[in-house]
Amino acid sequence: MNDSKIPSWVNIFVLPLINIMFAFAFAAGIFLAVDVNPIEAAGVMVRGALGYQEGIGYTLYYATNFIFTGLAVAMAFSAGLFNIGGEGQAYMGGLGVGLACLALDSTLPFWALLPITMLASMLFGALFALIPAYLQAYRGSHIVITTIMFNFIASALMVYLLVNVLKLEGQMAPVSRVFEDSAGLPMFHEMAAWFGFSFSQSPMNLSFFIALICCVLVWALLWRTRWGYAIRAMGASPSAAEYGGINYKKLIIVVMLISGALSGMMGLNEVQGYSQQLKLDFVAGYGFTGIAVCLIGRSHPIGIILASILFGMLYQGGAELSFDYPNIDREMIQVVQALVVLFSGALALMLVKPTEKLFVFLDQKKTALAGTKAEA
Amino acid sequence: MFENIILILDATLRVSAPLILAALAGLFSERSGIVNIALEGKMLSAAFSAAATATVTGSVWLGLLAGIGVSVMLSLVHGFATITHRGDQIVSGVAINMLAVGLTVTLGRFWFGLGGQTPALTDDSRFTAITLPFADALADVPVIGMLYSQLISGHNFLVYLSLFAVPAVYWVVYKTRFGLRLRATGENPHAVDTAGISVAWIRYRALIIAGVLAGMAGAYLSTAHSAGFVPNMSAGKGFIALAALIFGKWKPVPVLFGCLLFGFLDAIAIRLQGVELPLVGEIPVQAIEVLPYILTVLLLAGFIGRAVGPKAIGQPYVKSR
Repeated sequence: MNDSKIPSWVNIFVLPLINIMFAFAFAAGIFLAVDVNPIEAAGVMVRGALGYQEGIGYTLYYATNFIFTGLAVAMAFSAGLFNIGGEGQAYMGGLGVGLACLALDSTLPFWALLPITMLASMLFGALFALIPAYLQAYRGSHIVITTIMFNFIASALMVYLLVNVLKLEGQMAPVSRVFEDSAGLPMFHEMAAWFGFSFSQSPMNLSFFIALICCVLVWALLWRTRWGYAIRAMGASPSAAEYGGINYKKLIIVVMLISGALSGMMGLNEVQGYSQQLKLDFVAGYGFTGIAVCLIGRSHPIGIILASILFGMLYQGGAELSFDYPNIDREMIQVVQALVVLFSGALALMLVKPTEKLFVFLDQKKTALAGTKAEA
Repeated sequence: MFENIILILDATLRVSAPLILAALAGLFSERSGIVNIALEGKMLSAAFSAAATATVTGSVWLGLLAGIGVSVMLSLVHGFATITHRGDQIVSGVAINMLAVGLTVTLGRFWFGLGGQTPALTDDSRFTAITLPFADALADVPVIGMLYSQLISGHNFLVYLSLFAVPAVYWVVYKTRFGLRLRATGENPHAVDTAGISVAWIRYRALIIAGVLAGMAGAYLSTAHSAGFVPNMSAGKGFIALAALIFGKWKPVPVLFGCLLFGFLDAIAIRLQGVELPLVGEIPVQAIEVLPYILTVLLLAGFIGRAVGPKAIGQPYVKSR
């Protein structure tokens, strides 16, 4: 890939954009198929996602989830591992947050509870990634398959706990009790008020900033430390890394623990920030969206933030769209997302050759032009 | 007691049938070296298109054809991405699964306006029970009568087809030239290429067969097991089939037993709900539901036997190396 004939700025910016354009073009076709004008729909989506404060709040609230899960996928990706278990790890992370809140919300003030819930989210997510990591490193079972299986194990465990253990007496819905008011993460509109700004009410909360801090930390870890170097070396070539004296088995475990912890922290946003109680299916596919986010963001924290905001816009804009158009629902966003994964991920190499050819052609033309000028 | 066992086994067959078809689909694709986590998505879209077509045309056979057609198309997308463009097989599978969840509901809502469901199918536009000859006559004979008329007779066409598919797949994979090449492609594509056989064409064919089988599995869900499509009705069955494929070590007959085992667990999970067992007390349904996944993880890790997949699985084939 490094012997490519195209300049790096094309590789980093232009190719991903072309891939996304392809995905959007196909999505537009599907919009047409269900009798919705795609250009109008795009307008509604952008206005719904960015046109007013509440919309922006929702967009960034969704983006928070995607930053966490996207970082988790990227972390594993940079070591050449495919962590497809973000879904289960985020579920478990949320469980950790929920259990900590349920146990301590009436005894501890918020500032003492927050470090505990953060630790719990990371610990639960990381431990749930530890078993697949161990099995990959020491028993040679493929991490993709084990993490898929663990997603199902997580969801069964959650159903069991909510139905049999955490459900309130005499209630039908499998949900835990709502946490005390003091336990919830501060909402962004509250935080804005501390500094004298006013912002419309939305579910965006403190965890957005925690997610941004995580981006900085992941960037620093991957590109500014020896460990990060070892991780990227392993991602580039496991055999070379091993030859260079890197203990890749240990590294697999470390990377997956970090990846699981990042996924787990998604639970902060959903459980302690948004719903303030434990309920079923709060992960709602965000773990899988992390894969799309990581692919578009090219596994780089800055790319991931941008891709997360894009997906936040898609989710929030999609919700807005479903108010205006009866033929559209959240599932439509899933289609757009799937097309993005297909074109930016699976078919990412499709357009490399044509783009290369185009650039070589332009290059030749330029030199030919220069040549004729020199002759003249 | 005997009657209960027969009923459980009967239910086992019914829930295993789509698993068998889907797992055999996975077998073709993975034996050729292509990871297929898209089984779930193919089943789901086939279930939708089969039910939708059967609703509109009133013919379950056209429904089956439509299901197969859509599933094969998704297989070709998978192939286009992973064989032609050497894309990541897992990523492509994830994309197809997402696409299936989204498209089935979006199109279903648009076409039928029932929140993503298709209208309930009447009995003449779905696969119904086939009564084998003499089943009624033998029903009163003790033991054999029950065994024959309850367990063996009275299933729908696709159940019998799934059982018939196992020896057929065995024959294709182990006794034909195509099967030999298929297995070789999954183990050592370079050798196949050296022999002058196109790796890409073998893999495409494997994916097309996988599409046909997964399409049948999907059609089973919506036109045989139930009467109509419900959003996300495959509910992880594609992944259970994948687990069964690994559990059966990528071989047709063990895969059949893997599917029957997982189907059996599914069948008793429903029956054990709320039942107090001696010694252990009530077993939570979820504990039985996750057994297939746990067993597969243990097997993959080599704690109970060892499952080693085709050697070249997951790697795009690059000619010059």
